[in-house]
Parts: sequence; structure tokens; C-alpha cells
Amino acid sequence: MSGLLILIPVALGLGLLGLATFFWAMRRGQFDDLEGAAQRILIDDEDVQEDAK
Amino acid sequence: MNAPIAMDLDADHEIMLADTRFTVPGMRCAGCIAKIERELPKQHGIKSARVNFSAKRVAVRHDSALSDDALLQALAQLGFEAQPVADNPVGKDDKEAKKLQRALAVAGFGMMNVMLLSVSIWSGAEGATRDMFHWLSAIIAVPVIAYAGQPFFASAWMALRYRRTNMDVPISIGVLLATGLSLYETLIGAGGHAYFDSAVMLLFFLLAGRTMDAAMRSRTRAEIGALLSRMGKSARIIDEDGNISTVAAEALEPGMVMLVAAGEALAADGIVIAGEGAVDNAMLTGESLPEMIMADSKIYAGAAALSGPLHVRITATASDTVLAEIARLMDEAGQSRSRYVQIADRASRLYAPVVHTLALLAFAGWMLAGAGVHQSLVIAIAVLIITCPCAMGLAVPAAQIVASGALIKRGLLVKDGSALERLAEVDLALFDKTGTLTLGAPDADIDALDDDARAAALALAQASDHPHSKGLAKALRAAGVTPANAAHITEESGQGMSGIWNGQAIMLGRVQQQLNAQSAMPVSRLSVGDTHYDIAFADPLRSDAADTINTLKNMGIESRIISGDRSAAVQSTARMLNIFAVGGVNPQDKLALLQAAKNTGQRPLMIGDGINDGPALAAAHASIAPGSASDLSQQAADAVFTGRGLMPVALAVRVSRACMRIVRQNFGFAIAYNMCAIPLALAGIVTPLIAAIAMSLSSLVVVGNSLRLASAGRAGAAAAK
Repeated sequence: MSGLLILIPVALGLGLLGLATFFWAMRRGQFDDLEGAAQRILIDDEDVQEDAK
Repeated sequence: MNAPIAMDLDADHEIMLADTRFTVPGMRCAGCIAKIERELPKQHGIKSARVNFSAKRVAVRHDSALSDDALLQALAQLGFEAQPVADNPVGKDDKEAKKLQRALAVAGFGMMNVMLLSVSIWSGAEGATRDMFHWLSAIIAVPVIAYAGQPFFASAWMALRYRRTNMDVPISIGVLLATGLSLYETLIGAGGHAYFDSAVMLLFFLLAGRTMDAAMRSRTRAEIGALLSRMGKSARIIDEDGNISTVAAEALEPGMVMLVAAGEALAADGIVIAGEGAVDNAMLTGESLPEMIMADSKIYAGAAALSGPLHVRITATASDTVLAEIARLMDEAGQSRSRYVQIADRASRLYAPVVHTLALLAFAGWMLAGAGVHQSLVIAIAVLIITCPCAMGLAVPAAQIVASGALIKRGLLVKDGSALERLAEVDLALFDKTGTLTLGAPDADIDALDDDARAAALALAQASDHPHSKGLAKALRAAGVTPANAAHITEESGQGMSGIWNGQAIMLGRVQQQLNAQSAMPVSRLSVGDTHYDIAFADPLRSDAADTINTLKNMGIESRIISGDRSAAVQSTARMLNIFAVGGVNPQDKLALLQAAKNTGQRPLMIGDGINDGPALAAAHASIAPGSASDLSQQAADAVFTGRGLMPVALAVRVSRACMRIVRQNFGFAIAYNMCAIPLALAGIVTPLIAAIAMSLSSLVVVGNSLRLASAGRAGAAAAK
């Protein structure tokens, strides 16, 4: 039973952390452009120089 | 729009920077994002550009000395047509959607934790552990309910204040009652039952439905904003002395005379008083062909002049224009419908009053029978809990998710669950003609052309965006033609394409006498040197149009055509399909026809693609648009189908009807389950653990029954053949 004293706060803490992260991500506008992110991975980095080969 | 802010650009000096946002509808791929974000800041005075691809917008941070026009020109040089965005007209909606999302996240967090604790209580935690878990649940649930319940409490309070009642009233009462009694149980301890889990879970599912609804509505709003931004921003006005001055669209007044040059978008509705030419009216009429105009023709804001100049006397401005009217109609129609059905609300509308009455009766009954207040309350709440809306709540969405999954495989995307309910109820199908019954893309007849002519035609056609050129290029490519290596290819608006190949002039353009010809089929003329070829264009019916209409008929649905196209063209199509048709109707008339059908008790299904179908699509009982439709129509429609066939329309109705059958079965089962479970709960026999298992089993049965729909798409297709 004493395990509960540790596990329950841990479970709640993790849940709250997830919630806080979601709020943070929303305030940072990470959900504003859902399709754009998928497209952006296709953009090549411009600054790759010839000598990088 | 331009909010100047002081900011350090370099350590040396300060420049006033401003943020301006533009709509760029032409963004289609990653390349466009890269091009705009990299190339734009290279221009003088522009610090950065950031693309929002979902909203098709660019936020540009720039020197405040730079005007909107300069920025538009910079974008135009990169090959993008852009419109400045007016002061965030949808800001309020965004805020509301964000609030719902936050409430949903909080409810989700609360639900997971409270459920975790509840499961251990159900499985037999006793004594001090049980009390502790109740206290923990209370500590989590009370703030969560206070926060996540706000949208419901606020709306219920508003309704009660005006002595009305809405769906949020029983929801709020149920949630508050369950919370209050659970708190009481927790306070007195003594191993009673707490029902925080049910309260939080109910909130979570209801919020999930509302969040999706809000997200969808704000997308429609953004489309309406984009529609209005296609109106011209200013016009050149000629006064009585012949002086020309530029006047902003807001300052225009009826009676003024504006001068419209080729390529300009009209800023107001008007009547042509001098000049003749062609306008692209696709936006209002859905007609892909340029419309010839001359003195006394009416032209509308949002239309683009393909040739000019024209002198136009303004008849309506700003919010009085036909275009603004369409936007307003869509907004209203969309709103009234999104209120119409919300799945979760609908389930609880049936559910909440019955359960509350039962619980109340149980309480009163046990009180009369001589049980104490406490025992009566516990039994009343047990009734509330064992009838947890799980099976009832799943009855609709489970069936709808499986049905829409089956339809997607057949090329039809249904926007939301309530659309299936409405599709199942339709008894009248109204088709637009161009682009819906037909493919909308003009199909060129290239049999008359020899190889040289074909090569020359492709060289010219592929350089133009005109619908005829596109259709011609497509037909030629399909025939394996490689384009001629022509030089000096130019396009003259409204006239056609010209170039030079092998030392001869080549030209592709419209045939002059077409203006007077009554034939339904437009003809283009290709000239190679002195040789002329006529290319006829047809807009053929979709190959399975007749089959689809027959299938609909067998399902008891009558089909009609309502089209903005010329009556003669519409009637000939109607005779081919042997159905009733109305031609030459404008967007308002379409809406009026729909209302008339609705008033006689019919439930019309609107199938259309043009922007002129927008209001009708939004106002119809249910609506479907082809994948080739304008973005706006796709947004307004309940469902979008892809491919060259029309059969998905009939399939949609068939599968939605199957879906509603399953939904009714699910409801039947859920009610039967409650009929058995409630008496046991009323008698005080059921322990919470048994109730939890029974609840889960009933949910599984509902899900399993719904999965039977997965094969409905295939079966439907086979039956259609």
C-alpha cells in the first residue's frame, strides 16, 4: 500500500506534465498549421554547400 | 492590419517594422513554402516571411515604409497572386475553438486519472484505501469539472436566464448532481459510492463533439473570407469632366462610373454603359466559359474582366453586392445547420430526461418505502450510473465512423457524422449540371488535326490556364503528342494564344461568330500559317450519370437538375437523362427552390460544384460536391466525391441508410440493456463491479454490430451494378 503514496503522485504529476505541455504547445501556435509541417520536411536545406559532399 | 512596432533590427539603428498578412490561395506544395519564405526576405525592406500552409496565408514582417502594393508586387514576382487579409474577421471563432480545445484537454486529463482510481474502487478496494481514492478523485474531478464544464454551464445559465431551456440544461444538471452527491458520499466516508468518473467522462465526450464542430465551422469561415477578398479593392472612377481618380472599394457609391481595364477584378456590381469585351464570371455562375458582354450587360463584383476597357455604372457596392450576399447566405446557412445536430447532444437529449426522471422516481419510491434519505440517494445515483451513456453514446458515432470509413474506400469523403444522418433522410436529389452531371472539363475533339497541327496546338495550349486550353492540352497529351518547339508564345486576354513555329505564325483562339451561335458546343480555331482547323469542345456527361439516377430512383429518390447554365443546354441534358430540369437560375433562385422543396416537406440533397452552388449546398438538407469543385463548395458540402463517376452519390445514400439502420439497432440494444439493468439497479441488487462489466460488454456489442457496416460499401457497389 505504501507504494501508492509514491505511484499516485507520480501518475498525477505525469498527467499534469502532459497537460501543461499541451497548453504550452497550443500557446506557441504549434497546432495552427497542421498541414504545413508535413510539407516542410520536403524542403531541402538551402545552405548545403558543394563541398559538403 | 499594419501594426507598427519598434524593434531592433541592427544594433546600429532602429527601423519601424510592421506585420501584414496575405492570403495566397495558389500555395500547393512544399516548393511554394520554400520559395516564399526564402525569396521574399531577399527583397529590400522585408525582414521575414512565415507561411501558414493550412490557412494558405503568409505573415510578412517588413519595414513599415513599404506599402501593401509593394509587398503584393513582390509576391507577384515570385508567381503568387495574393490578397491582403483584413483585420482578422474570424478571430472570435478561433478564440472559441481554442477555449473548447483547452477544456477538452483538461477533461481528458481528469477522465484518465479518475477512471484509473475508479477501476480500483470497482475491483474491490475497501476501507481506508477506498476513502483515500474517493478523496483523490474529488480533488481531481472538482477543478476539472469547474473548468471543463464552463461551456455547458455558461450556455445553460444563459438559457435559464431567458426562461428557456436548451440541451446544456440537462447536461449541466446531471453533471452537477452527480458531482454534488459524490462529494457528499466522500465527505461522510462510510464506504459509499462516488460517481466523479461518470461526470468527467460525460463532459469529455460532449466536448470532443463540440471541438470538432467548432474546428469545422471556423474553416468554412476562413473560406468565406477568401471569397470576399476576391472583390476588387479599388476602382478607377471617371467624373463628369472626364477626370480619372482611384477610389477605394468602401468609398464607391451607386451611380459612379468606373473604368475597368483588362485583367482587373470588379470592386462593385454595375451595368456596362460603354465598351465591350469578356468577363470571367466563373465565381458567380460556375460557368467556365468567359461571358461576352456589351452595353447594358450586368456585371458583378468579383468577376474579372478578360478584355476591356469597359465603362461601368455602379449599381451596388460593398455589402450590397451579389458576392457579399452569397458570403452572407453561406455563413447563415452553415450556422443554422451546425446547431441542428450534434451527435453527443442528440444522444443525451433522448437520454438525460429519461434517466433523471427514473432516478428521481427511484429516490421518491425508496423514501416512500421507508428507506433513509441516504440509501434512497445512493440507489437513485446507482440508476444514473448503471445507465452510463457509454452504449447509448457509442450507438451513433461507432456506426458512423465505420460507415464513413467504408465510403472513403469507394471515393467519397463524408465530413462529419451528422451528415450521414441527413444523407439517409433525403428524398429528392438536385443536381447542378456543369461539373457535376458533366465532368466540367471541356473535352476537345482532336480528330481533325494532323500531326503538325497537334504539336503546334499543344505548344500553345499548355502555356495557358484557360479551361479550353487545359482540356485541349489534356486530350493531346493523352494522344501521345509532344509539343512543338514554338517561340514567342504570348497570350492575349480574351483573344487567345499566338506564337511562331518553323517560321510560320501559329494561333489558337476562339471563333468570332460564336457570340451569335446558339449551338451548345463552343469551338476554338487553330491556325498554322494559312491553314485553319476548328476544334470543337464538348462537356460530356459522366459515364454513369444515367445509372446513378436510376439507382437513386430505385431507392425512392427523385432527381432534378437546377443549373445556372442556359436553359437550352440544360433541357437537352435533362432529356438525355429523362428528368425534370430548371435552367438559368442564379444562386438566390437555387436557394429559393431548395426552400420551396423543404417547405413541402421534402428533404433535398444538393449536388453541385460551382461557387454559385455554395449557398444551396449549405442550406440543403444534405449536400455533396465533386472533388473538382471550388474549394468553397467543397467546404460547404457535407461530402466530397472523387473520380470520374457519379455513382458515389448513390452509394453515399445507400450506405448512410444502412448506417442509420445499424444506429437504430444499436439504440434498440442499448435501450434493451437499460431495461434489464435499471430494474436491478432500482432494486439495489447490482454491485458497482458488475455494473462496470455489464457497461463494458454493452459497449462491445454496440461496436461489434457497427463493424458489420465495413462491408456495406462493397455490397452497395455490387448491388448498383
